Amino acid sequence: MRVPIPLSLEAAALRAAGALSRAAGRGGGTTIPGKLLWKLDPGAIDELAKRLPAGSVLVSATNGKTTTSAMIAEILRPSVRVAHNASGANLVSGVASTLLALGGAELGLFEVDEAALPEVARRLRPRVLLLGNLFRDQLDRYGELEIVAQRWRAALATLPEARLVLNGDDPQIGDLRRDGALVFGLDDPRRARPALQHAADSTHCLRCGTPYVYAAAYVGHLGDYRCPNCGHERPELDVAAREIELHGLDGSAFTLATPGGDARVKLALPGLYNIYNATGAAALALALGTPLAEVTAGLARFSAAFGRFERIAVGDRRLLMLLIKNPAGANEAVRTLVESPAPPRVAVVALNDAIADGRDVSWIWDVDFEPLLGGLERLVATGSRAAELALRFAYGGLARDRIEVEPALARALDRGLALTPPGGELTVLPTYTAMLALRKVVAGRGHVANYWESAA
Amino acid sequence: MKIVVGHLYPDYLNIYADRGNIAVLAERARVRGHELDVRPIGMGMDVPTETIDLFYVGGGQDRDQALVVPDLAAKSEALHEAAAGGAVVLAVCGGYQLLGRSYRDVAGVELPGIGLLPLHTVAGARRMIGDVLLDCPWAGETLAGFENHAGRTLLDEGAEPLGRVISGFGNDGASGHEGCRAGRVYGTYLHGPLLPRNPWFADRLLTEALAHAGLDTELAELPDELERAAHAVSADRARRRGGRI
Repeated sequence: MRVPIPLSLEAAALRAAGALSRAAGRGGGTTIPGKLLWKLDPGAIDELAKRLPAGSVLVSATNGKTTTSAMIAEILRPSVRVAHNASGANLVSGVASTLLALGGAELGLFEVDEAALPEVARRLRPRVLLLGNLFRDQLDRYGELEIVAQRWRAALATLPEARLVLNGDDPQIGDLRRDGALVFGLDDPRRARPALQHAADSTHCLRCGTPYVYAAAYVGHLGDYRCPNCGHERPELDVAAREIELHGLDGSAFTLATPGGDARVKLALPGLYNIYNATGAAALALALGTPLAEVTAGLARFSAAFGRFERIAVGDRRLLMLLIKNPAGANEAVRTLVESPAPPRVAVVALNDAIADGRDVSWIWDVDFEPLLGGLERLVATGSRAAELALRFAYGGLARDRIEVEPALARALDRGLALTPPGGELTVLPTYTAMLALRKVVAGRGHVANYWESAA
Repeated sequence: MKIVVGHLYPDYLNIYADRGNIAVLAERARVRGHELDVRPIGMGMDVPTETIDLFYVGGGQDRDQALVVPDLAAKSEALHEAAAGGAVVLAVCGGYQLLGRSYRDVAGVELPGIGLLPLHTVAGARRMIGDVLLDCPWAGETLAGFENHAGRTLLDEGAEPLGRVISGFGNDGASGHEGCRAGRVYGTYLHGPLLPRNPWFADRLLTEALAHAGLDTELAELPDELERAAHAVSADRARRRGGRI
């Protein structure tokens, strides 16, 4: 049986459940109303989505979907009223919660979990889909990445009307290209890595299995690839980032080359991975008809999505918090730190193993932490798998007397701050639930807004 | 003493943090005054049967695993010869399956293995994912790890498992067996990776590899405080949330 639509009364009740959850101190409550709706009537999500006059756009990827969709929201903000699951609640229930709180929104903008994408796409029938990258991530939850790619391919086949915005630098994503697709990528071999990283995933030709040859590898297996045997290669880029300048932790700049002309973009975020996010966000905005000048202005206004990259003042010290959640993302965090003018001497690294972090913690061994070790005087390993993390660093070559194990996050943070001189900056690298918990600790001391406040 | 490790297909079979296992072997050899010399053995390369003391085979995605099958068949004879000569073999996850006689995938297609371990594997519908704890009475120790496999591995009558499942699914989710060992050839689904939190097993492999290299020795004990702490947490995870047979 169908719950009748409009369900303004039910919607109000469900939103109240979210408020109650917050009032009860049970975290953001961002998915509680959506979970109820999803239980009561999954089909209601389809109906709610139809109320968006400008339709929906979806963003999915292993890495960067929160940042990319936040960038898109910033670009579109002056011209369109956007409903956006900004707090990173990216399963069907999170999308449903956002749909319940549409207000006067015209366009739905949703970051979607890789595994949830087929279901969300089937229900929302998006106008545009941005697909960013596929890296190995939480194999215990998602399965092997080729299985994810196959599911995406099957889902796209049922959405012939949707326009695709694809990262051509990822072989699996570029291969999803079809008529009307807008392909984006990086085009500046000076910024390439000298060699493929250990965590590179799609390194063998999708067609014939021969190892790809890279004219340039930028992040993991993302880059300008070509199969020497059968010739399968990166598709031509419609939207490209060229003439890239990296200014350490302070940001970056690049030339955005588009079918409608070129423009210089300044970004307050570090690292090549954020240039991928920005180029993807720009391509999607262009696909929606946004003028190039609005695209570059939006990117220039943008500051980081919550928890991905944050500087938080804590008394007379600062925290630099960089989320780590899988090998490719963590490698980029490490690279950003190592290339900054003052690489960290003290770091707190936090490994939890809740479902949202991945119960299988073996991924930490696929991260190239080694470049950090030379400069580290002290490492505080924390989180529910602190000892495991300490082993990763010990066997990676960090002397055991430089490693402290403190599973309790708040105590580890205090220890890290105590090791940081006044005026200095403490680097904190947490997994997802550890990041949420650490933010809560810091917020409890009045230093930073809770995410559901800043996302409101 | 130099211990020569032959790492089979590191470019293809490396998905479950196999380099963690290698790093543990290298460091634990080093602090005892030995040196680990790791040599990749890739597609089309010969197996230097005489010189390798320990072979390592990791896990890969299904596609990568299928890509190495024909090449592994060509190396089969050399690997049998090496194992018969006392070389140590450790195979994890996908590599473990490839050491059996065969692997039948979901479509019913039979991939041949090299038959170094007395077992065969049949793909199942549901993946068996979770923390695992094993009792290894043959060593008086336990092993803690993480499993993630669709294959159901069935040991031949009389074959020795690596351990008995205390918590988790194990080889097939029914027999109570996990892994297989035959002489110095070991196969297991446990990653995590396996060796950092199970140092006794790393030391056993090193001792056997040293014996193959011509040195009968007992390795000095190490403090292993972090290792024990990590093992305890992992074992606790398995008890609380490992798969149930």
